[in-house]
Amino acid sequence: MNLDFSDDQKFLQAEARKFFDKEGGLLLARKVMDNDAEGDQELWKKIVDLGWTGIRIPEEHGGLGLGHLELCVIAEEIGRSLAPIPFSSSVYLFTEAVINFANDDIKAEILPKLVTGECVGTFAIAEDTKKITPNNITCVVDGDKISGSKIAVPDVGFATHAIVLVKKEKNLELRLVDLADSNVEKKLQKNIDKSRSFYQLNFNGCDSQKIHSDEDAWDLSEHLLDQAAVMFAFEQVGGAEQSLDMAKNYALERYAFGRQIGSYQAIKHKLADMYISLTLARSNCYYGAWALSSDSPELKLAAATSRVSATKAFQLCAKENIQTHGGNGFTWEYDCHLFYKRSKVLSVNIGSELSWKEKLVSAMEKMNTLENK
Amino acid sequence: MDFNDTPKQAEFRAKCRDWLDANANIKDDSKPKSISSAAENDLETIIKRAKDWQKKKYEAGWAMLHWPEEYGGINASPIERIIWTQEQAKFDVPGSIFEIGLGMCGPVLMEYATEEQKKRYLPPMAEGKEIWCQLFSEPSAGSDVAGLRSKAEKDGDDWIINGQKVWTSGAHYSDYGILVVRHDASLQKHKGLTFFFVDMKSPGITVKPIKQITGTAGSGAGFNEVYFDNVRIPDSQRLGEIGDGWKVAITTLMNERLAVGDARGTDIEEALNLAKEKDDDGDALIKNQAVRDRLADWFCQASGLKYTKFRTMSALSKGEAPGPEASITKVVSAGKLQEIGNFGIDAGDMAGMLLDEDNWDPFQSAWLGAPGLRIAGGTDEILKNIIAERVLGLPQDPRADKGVPFNEIPQGK
Repeated sequence: MNLDFSDDQKFLQAEARKFFDKEGGLLLARKVMDNDAEGDQELWKKIVDLGWTGIRIPEEHGGLGLGHLELCVIAEEIGRSLAPIPFSSSVYLFTEAVINFANDDIKAEILPKLVTGECVGTFAIAEDTKKITPNNITCVVDGDKISGSKIAVPDVGFATHAIVLVKKEKNLELRLVDLADSNVEKKLQKNIDKSRSFYQLNFNGCDSQKIHSDEDAWDLSEHLLDQAAVMFAFEQVGGAEQSLDMAKNYALERYAFGRQIGSYQAIKHKLADMYISLTLARSNCYYGAWALSSDSPELKLAAATSRVSATKAFQLCAKENIQTHGGNGFTWEYDCHLFYKRSKVLSVNIGSELSWKEKLVSAMEKMNTLENK
Repeated sequence: MDFNDTPKQAEFRAKCRDWLDANANIKDDSKPKSISSAAENDLETIIKRAKDWQKKKYEAGWAMLHWPEEYGGINASPIERIIWTQEQAKFDVPGSIFEIGLGMCGPVLMEYATEEQKKRYLPPMAEGKEIWCQLFSEPSAGSDVAGLRSKAEKDGDDWIINGQKVWTSGAHYSDYGILVVRHDASLQKHKGLTFFFVDMKSPGITVKPIKQITGTAGSGAGFNEVYFDNVRIPDSQRLGEIGDGWKVAITTLMNERLAVGDARGTDIEEALNLAKEKDDDGDALIKNQAVRDRLADWFCQASGLKYTKFRTMSALSKGEAPGPEASITKVVSAGKLQEIGNFGIDAGDMAGMLLDEDNWDPFQSAWLGAPGLRIAGGTDEILKNIIAERVLGLPQDPRADKGVPFNEIPQGK
């Protein structure tokens, strides 16, 4: 039994944590929010220099050729520090799509540039307020020209390329678009978490390249989201743990009625509930990490379990952290709102808790037995 | 990351499996699990079956794996104990009536008894020949167990015990018990306690089974009231120094937390199967969105507990001390059991309330048993205090009983 990260992976995680602390910790996200920026370009450059964008990229394309577990430990530290960088969009989604589905020519063209930072990717899937389903996709491709709109596309201020889910007659395809194309119109969309940026993309007959062969793109896209869900869940666990830590520290230093507020059972039990939720989420994330790294047929179930559990934990910890801080927690000055907002954006960015619960139960229905002993 | 045994662990697992294959029958998973086997058999049969099985294990060296050899163990490592437990769980074997003795009384004797006493009492305990119980809780001392009032007075080389204990599992069939009592009420609460073991057949002990909300009493590992009326205990059966009773009790309670573990009974798998089978106006109940939402939540809890356990095992497997993650187990599993039991009854709609006492519905028995599991071995509230204080490092509540002689502490009726 070895449901744990290796010493090397733990070392990488410790290094990542030190790195974000040294660079400024939560001040990084604050700076982006206060300056109406779309992310921290300098920080991103340093991350590229550390080689993290090439963790999963094979060595023949200039990457480190490591596995998903290395991404999971970094994801947790990004979640903890709320780092304002396009790591999730470019690494968990775009890079993985190229590695998983693209032909050799596209790989040879794009992967080395993702390592050097010359190329940054994003993933465009949602279209309007409707749930993302094969029927609801209205972006179309005619020949290689795409028309239609996508919304809530992350980190377009950084991205040079996007992979877009489009309809070709009755089928779906994943297509690579160069965002420098003059037929792509980009509109920044305000969102709850000002330390992250999302765009509307209008494709007015822009050029594109299909990245995969004949498989159904819906299944490919679902698989990609399942994989990404595990890594997003690690971000959520990192954020949840930091929120609990803040609440705990405040409960120790704040006095009311002549006592530390952490000595009241109302606060203790609240924090214990946060710890319980976080522990369940972390253990489920390890299950997800195992399924992801071993290419298990259980990935669908494990990913949805990690995702739902981590979404619940981060949202609980972030909101109760504010509650523990009382009025201070509602101010711009205290950091609680940074976690509250990030927890919400992370809870919907690849589909809401409702839609992941549905995926979870569908996966449960398909399992022959559920061993839970 | 993998779920595989090391070669040495795999070898040990195979050894467990071989012996179990030869000596027990594999479980039939098609039968629903129930937490109450009370109606199935009478008490004597339950005890006999349990004793026979324990003896068989003892003779083959499987009874108390981690104990030293001189007391009947094989010095097994924590991970080997877990492997044995996992393998044994796959077989249809009698429920243990020795858990309290082996899990709580044994470790206390091991630490505080004389060598002679250990040699006398530990092997028969391991063999299942003698059954032990734990006499801690009292009518006015539950979560606050150090508030107990049963008295011990020194009389020559003996102590005379008077008072009442309650919630004593298995007292009605136990041969011995461990006991904590107050020898001096003028001392501060935690300082006036002393710890003994007692022969349950001693004159002056009366055991009265408690009729529980299940309607049963004196069956299986049921609870009892135990009255002490001028019961004599020789001073040689004192464990620890006079006034060290709390320290000794804490050793036991720490072991209790390990022994209680998770609340067993209907779980996510049973809930899922029920939801697939039950008709809901022509469709399966599982198509109901409210049901799907709950199934997802329970699955996350069940899966979270499973992999929490795996994380603990991973640490043990590497010879490291596990983190505090296992502290969530009982509070999550007992609450989940209550909710799933409740769901199973709801799924029957109006018929859900109807009872067949000869053949208990496992969801009904889970629902009736769960309130007890949320209390036994630390209430939800106490367990959350423990997480808050020991894991998160929050301060204790200010206390009205600190630094005050016990007989001056405010008390209710």
